[in-house]
Amino acid sequence: MVTVSEEKKGRSLLLLFAGVREMGISVFIVFLIAAVSLRSPYFLTVDNLVYILIDIAILTIVAIGETLVILTRSIDLSVASTLALSGMIVGMTISKHQGIPPAVAVLMGLAIGAVLGSVNGLLVAKGRIPPIIATLGTLSIYRGLVFAISGGAWVDAHEMPRPFVYLSKNTTLGIPNLVLFAIIVAIIFYYFLNHTRTGREIYAVGSNPSAARVVGIRVDRILFLVYLLSGTLAGMAGVLWISRYASAQSDTASGFELQAIAATVVGGVNIFGGSGTLPGVVLGSLLMGIIVNALNLIRISPFWKLAVQGFIILLAVVSDALLSRRLQQAGASEGAS
Amino acid sequence: MTVKARAVPSPSILSGLLLRWEWLLVVLLGIACMVNASLSPYFLDVHNLFDMTFHFMERSLIALPMAFIIISGNIDLSVASNLGMSTIIMAASYKAGLNIWLAMLLGLAAGAVGGLINGLLVARVRLPSLVVTLGTYALYRGVAFVILGDLVVTGFPSSFTAIGQGYVGHTPIPVPLVIFAFFAVLFGLLLHRTAFGRLVYAVGNNETACRFSGVAVDRIRIILFTLSGLMSALAGVVLSARFGSARPNIALGFELDVITAVVLGGVDINGGQGTMPGVVLALFLIGVVRYGMSLKNVPGQIQNTLIGMLLIVAILLPQFLRRLASRSRA
Amino acid sequence: MKSKLFVSLLLVIVILAACAPPTVAPPAEKPAAKAGFKIAMVVKNLGNPFFEAAQKGCNEAAAEYGDECIFQGPATPTAEGQIEIIDALIAQKVDVIAITANDPDALVPVCKKAMDAGIKVVTWDSAVAPAGRQIFVNQADMEQIGRIEVQMLAEMIGYKGQIAILSAAATMANQNTWIEWMKEELKDPKYKDMELVTTVYGDDLREKSYNEALGLFKSYPDLKGIISPTTVGIAATARALTDEGLCGKIALTGLGLPSEMAEYIKSGCCKAMALWNPIDLGYMTTVVSHLMASGEITGKPGETFKAGKLGERTIVDDGAGGGMVLLGPPFQFNAENIDQWKDVY
Repeated sequence: MVTVSEEKKGRSLLLLFAGVREMGISVFIVFLIAAVSLRSPYFLTVDNLVYILIDIAILTIVAIGETLVILTRSIDLSVASTLALSGMIVGMTISKHQGIPPAVAVLMGLAIGAVLGSVNGLLVAKGRIPPIIATLGTLSIYRGLVFAISGGAWVDAHEMPRPFVYLSKNTTLGIPNLVLFAIIVAIIFYYFLNHTRTGREIYAVGSNPSAARVVGIRVDRILFLVYLLSGTLAGMAGVLWISRYASAQSDTASGFELQAIAATVVGGVNIFGGSGTLPGVVLGSLLMGIIVNALNLIRISPFWKLAVQGFIILLAVVSDALLSRRLQQAGASEGAS
Repeated sequence: MTVKARAVPSPSILSGLLLRWEWLLVVLLGIACMVNASLSPYFLDVHNLFDMTFHFMERSLIALPMAFIIISGNIDLSVASNLGMSTIIMAASYKAGLNIWLAMLLGLAAGAVGGLINGLLVARVRLPSLVVTLGTYALYRGVAFVILGDLVVTGFPSSFTAIGQGYVGHTPIPVPLVIFAFFAVLFGLLLHRTAFGRLVYAVGNNETACRFSGVAVDRIRIILFTLSGLMSALAGVVLSARFGSARPNIALGFELDVITAVVLGGVDINGGQGTMPGVVLALFLIGVVRYGMSLKNVPGQIQNTLIGMLLIVAILLPQFLRRLASRSRA
Repeated sequence: MKSKLFVSLLLVIVILAACAPPTVAPPAEKPAAKAGFKIAMVVKNLGNPFFEAAQKGCNEAAAEYGDECIFQGPATPTAEGQIEIIDALIAQKVDVIAITANDPDALVPVCKKAMDAGIKVVTWDSAVAPAGRQIFVNQADMEQIGRIEVQMLAEMIGYKGQIAILSAAATMANQNTWIEWMKEELKDPKYKDMELVTTVYGDDLREKSYNEALGLFKSYPDLKGIISPTTVGIAATARALTDEGLCGKIALTGLGLPSEMAEYIKSGCCKAMALWNPIDLGYMTTVVSHLMASGEITGKPGETFKAGKLGERTIVDDGAGGGMVLLGPPFQFNAENIDQWKDVY
């Protein structure tokens, strides 16, 4: 038997959790970490945790761009192709002009990404093409362009200038550069989403486009902007990618868009727009990184990896959905009493 | 936008014709055929034309239920993975000694169960279909690898492989084309001639209104996803029969091809609109364009680029014409 | 709206029929030409460095023999994409189709169709199953490739310690065969202190291979060596070793492209590796294709021919009753000779 007061106490505890949207996935991550640590003691070492952070850095950057788009009820399927195209153009340029400093290469990637992103933005905002169709189209087009400009050739490790390859390897103030890039991007966009007018307008457009229009938000401009930003981040990720793997090919990062979308939705961003937080997305990427890392560490058969990965993703979203629904119900009954 | 188009009293005949999506596709298909014929002397050949259809019948079989799902306001990204899982279940049980036709039934049932799970997660747990099927996209393909690993199943009996490789009697008509024609008519009738079809549109247009008026929205969703799983499994039967073998990576990447064809066919990605003839025409349009490019030995990547452009141009064109029409009226 | 469904379905058929002329001209008997053949080289996927190198050899031989080299492949390494391409090549009535297969079994039906249409089917690199080919241009003896990789690694690690294999996709036939031979070689008593702990698959994707390599380092802390019998895998593993500072601690060998691996061979991360010359492989395949088309060889064991710059060759038995041509033993690359090869392929 549970006394009334105890029940109430339990409910307020639940409500406390409900206040933090990322609670579901955080609990899930903690649970997963505990389970994996039991199997592999190496998992919870500083070394390995740093490695996981390095591994998810690029995914996080792309997923943040994807988040901006999904918040407006849209989607960007072209991020992986944008990443590959930016990587290939930058890779070909630096292999011909070895003197280009890494910082300039990153800026180039940002610029190329911005151009590709704005094409998406124009198609969606001005051309009024449904987002999934426009970016499904540019997914193929950008990927084809990678092949067309490279002629099927590739950029090798020995063709890249040393400083560029070390861009992704070095550390600054003890923090690996890749992680630093991700942290900077996350901070900038956390501020942008939560503390600027445009950031709040992005949420408004996603929650209710017609209402947003009524209150004077220029929906088209917001749509254009989120695609521009998503492309820019993907373009930057492209440069980091070819630096990390020291190679640019026409199939770079193929299928990566689904990983970015998975990280976003696992992180609690509503696919129908309007809700989702940046910390949630970072946790989503972290969960994806932990799954991959853990599956390698616990020496599972390679043939089981994909199935387990899919199962854990489903488990995460289902448990998150059920948990948040329980919390909502608890909150509703609390409000009624 | 449609309202705007209808408001135009007498647009020029050309743009009026093109305003109906299906006619636009017919015109594009005609153009594609003419371009192919003028570029390649091998295109105009009865046998080649019929053989061409072999390559997209499996995708087409999946596109039929996909059209229903998208019209109802959802999406299914797991189709190709479900195809892989069900085909491998069929192939592995055949290898284990089960009669091929029983194995086939088992595979079809497995596909339906895969679809049912998607449907239950969408309808009962109320998760967005994109999220659910992104998860099962990995899960189902993973199950295929768990079952068969790096092995392959070959040696299907010729009565089975005929499903994917054979021709009808002594005609040049491929068996898969006949299977597809049968299901295209069936799904077309289901969508355009039955109460169920009307409900699918209604659910896609306004789910809340449907719930209030007592429509069993959840049941419809579950049926559609189960149907999608079943048809994916059937496509897997045809594909493995065409290959005469089955591996876990079968049909990798089909899902985006299928969705591309369905939206090119005029199905509104936000639900509520679209027709079966449009989808069928789009499937053939993509098939003809691809075949033409293959005949000219266009590299695979460039083919994808051109299909991507076709998709965007085909969606932009009617809007452009509409604006033109309204401007000329003004 | 009422009968649009059927009208449109009918239209599709009408359009297809309108496109098609009512009669098909009977295929004219071709005179036995000696040159000017259309040789189609179908690769696993375009944009793969190894196959781009093979294309050079194809063009070279085609120019020498007065043929046309059609180089084609799907965007992603799938059997579906290859079948579509081969079917279009059959429709174009090319003279020879030379395939490296993504799936040895799934391609058999379409290859049979090609042979029925009078097209010669040559297979190279990754072979189509015997039922779907007329001759196999083998880069090097499967057994030799498998054994040599184990021998190279054993030399590096002093015949002692845990080793692992990082392969391409689990469905790739040639990698699987080499791995079988590696396991066979490891049965020799001199390897009794070496233990093969696992085989992982990078699917010939750079990032996946890289992560699989890192996974190996982490999950097997005592690992002494890695064999990667795929050009993508070995480059990704070398990169991962370099990033983790494990060069010298974990030895690496396998099959790699000199251009991709030059950096790591010089740094000592991968002391030695093997490969055959993909340009020569493309060249040999094209020459064999030419001779098959002109009827100078039929693909039966025992026949001899002159393979252009590569000299006299004899067709041997492939073990399944068919003919096979061997390119030669795999070539070993190390710090001494890498510079002269890194700009070639």
